[in-house]
Amino acid sequence: MYVWVKIVSVLLLTSLMGTWSLQASDRAFNLGNIATSQQVKGWDIDVRPDGVGAPIGSGSVFDGEEVFAEQCASCHGDFGEGVDRWPELVGGEGTLNTHDPLKTTGSYWPYASTMFDYIYRAMPFGVSQSLSYDETYQIVAYLLYMNDIIDDDFVLSDQNIGLIKMPNQDGFLLPDPRPDASTIDGNPCMKNCDVPVKIIGKARDIDVTPED
Amino acid sequence: MKFNRRNLIKSFAALGSVGFSTRVLAQDKPNPNNLPPNLPEWTPDLGAGVDENPYGSPSQFEREVIRRNVPWLTASSQSSVNFTPLQDLEGIITPNGLCFERHHGGVAEINPTDYRLMINGLVDREMIFSLEDLKRFPQVNKFYFLECAANGGMEWKGAQLNGCQYTFGMVHNVQYTGVKLSDLLRETGLKPKAKWVLAEGSDTSGMTRSIPIEKILGDCLIAWAMNGEALRPEQGYPARLVVPGWEGNMWVKWIRRLEFGDKPYMTREETSKYTDLLTDGKARMFTWVMEAKSVITSPSPEKPIHHKGIQQLRGLAWSGNGKIKRVDVSLDGGKNWTTAQLHAPIMAKSLVRFTLPFEWRGEELLIQSRAMDETGYVQPYIQDLQKIRGKNSIYHNNSIATWLVSKSGKVDNVRLG
Repeated sequence: MYVWVKIVSVLLLTSLMGTWSLQASDRAFNLGNIATSQQVKGWDIDVRPDGVGAPIGSGSVFDGEEVFAEQCASCHGDFGEGVDRWPELVGGEGTLNTHDPLKTTGSYWPYASTMFDYIYRAMPFGVSQSLSYDETYQIVAYLLYMNDIIDDDFVLSDQNIGLIKMPNQDGFLLPDPRPDASTIDGNPCMKNCDVPVKIIGKARDIDVTPED
Repeated sequence: MKFNRRNLIKSFAALGSVGFSTRVLAQDKPNPNNLPPNLPEWTPDLGAGVDENPYGSPSQFEREVIRRNVPWLTASSQSSVNFTPLQDLEGIITPNGLCFERHHGGVAEINPTDYRLMINGLVDREMIFSLEDLKRFPQVNKFYFLECAANGGMEWKGAQLNGCQYTFGMVHNVQYTGVKLSDLLRETGLKPKAKWVLAEGSDTSGMTRSIPIEKILGDCLIAWAMNGEALRPEQGYPARLVVPGWEGNMWVKWIRRLEFGDKPYMTREETSKYTDLLTDGKARMFTWVMEAKSVITSPSPEKPIHHKGIQQLRGLAWSGNGKIKRVDVSLDGGKNWTTAQLHAPIMAKSLVRFTLPFEWRGEELLIQSRAMDETGYVQPYIQDLQKIRGKNSIYHNNSIATWLVSKSGKVDNVRLG
């Protein structure tokens, strides 16, 4: 799974060999303070796909329905369908290769860990980091259930969040294959180039530009 | 909703005052009493004293030169974007107050005394730095462009927004003052297994992105100043990450933490966002580099041509892969090209100014610019990008734009095909 990491590393490393030699004794400036484990614990809130960093806790689908209704539904709808311009969280299966793709936690997000990480750090919008760990597990469990990823009796926890297989987990391509569509020989056409010059669309006709 | 809006605009149009043309007309009408041989009204009286405006601001006659947003794009102004008025700027430096803003939870207001940067994970020593600590490290001063990966994102399917500002304005270019991470990390040391960095902001969105360690140790900075003064709050005061040449979302503002690990963290911003969906339903991930791009800032939809005769076409070019080597300009929709003049300084991963004088006799023009960087990469047409990436992409649209100059001198964003 992480073969591409090595590829990227090798490519980049060759140009940086000279600058990268950081050793334990090499503390040149004596600036800053050693962080205590308590200080780190308070700020180190991220959760990785393999579950590393997931705080101890758990949450059921059943409890999640209630928390979601209280904390999330005013923007995302009772069933994650989205209210006004706020994002839909459920549905969209089979739409990614259509003209109208719907990217939700169910159809697009590759890892359940990302849902926990993001909801805990950034939601509810404007009241971030106010949910408890258990409430966060509950909300993620409810979303996974609504997206048909887990059954209604599932209890999500720090022990199993790294094991959830998301439908679109294998939907991402690495490494970056660009540049992909251009002359890279440095000799673009200068005279009598064969390019289409017919006007096929005008922004003025679309008429969505803000007016002062 | 669109219908209402359209009707509204039409009714304004009937009164003869729509959008950009209003601004131009207001500036174009001189008061004859101020013209020779008369005494201009500002001459006899005393002007403002030195204490009147201790932090200066632009002339009142430049009040239209502001960041603007597209309200229908987002659900909330706190998680939204505005655009730099590139069409009104000269040279390559973006004034601090005009640098576009992109927030995911509004602007964090941080007292610098309370600022801390934590470095943890696979380091020899987990450490915390104050702003004063950071400023005691050796400093560098570097010009870099910062472009949002979604700049031009509304133009993937066709010409949609009729303005240079709205189609190219998610880019700015300033001089940063900061400490190189390769210097800062000499204090913490790094474990051999450290391959990735999680950069985390302290705003309400807790913005997070994974960055490979080679980039972090290569040219990334923690910056505390832009264009000679402290960072603006909306640009991450008191400190932000600088990731030269790579998409703006990675330049975490209000940065509070760098965590070193052996794998990427797969945050929301690098999975559900900032990935490029292709036609087959697969998506590209970690498409970090902002490739070579250029824009003609004048003439442009906001900068119509008012007079026949000599014109000074102006534009900007940039590349996340190094220096701009050449910019070509076409007046006939890409059939024939002329190489424009690049203005020094020409710096890697920085905006570069180009100009090209031309004679306008009142004919219709289709003007385009095409940048080439030092790697030989040439800015593509949208059709080239669409062939590979389809039309569902949002990010990394670095294609050539076309401005139609009509016989009246009015300029429109158009799509050729």
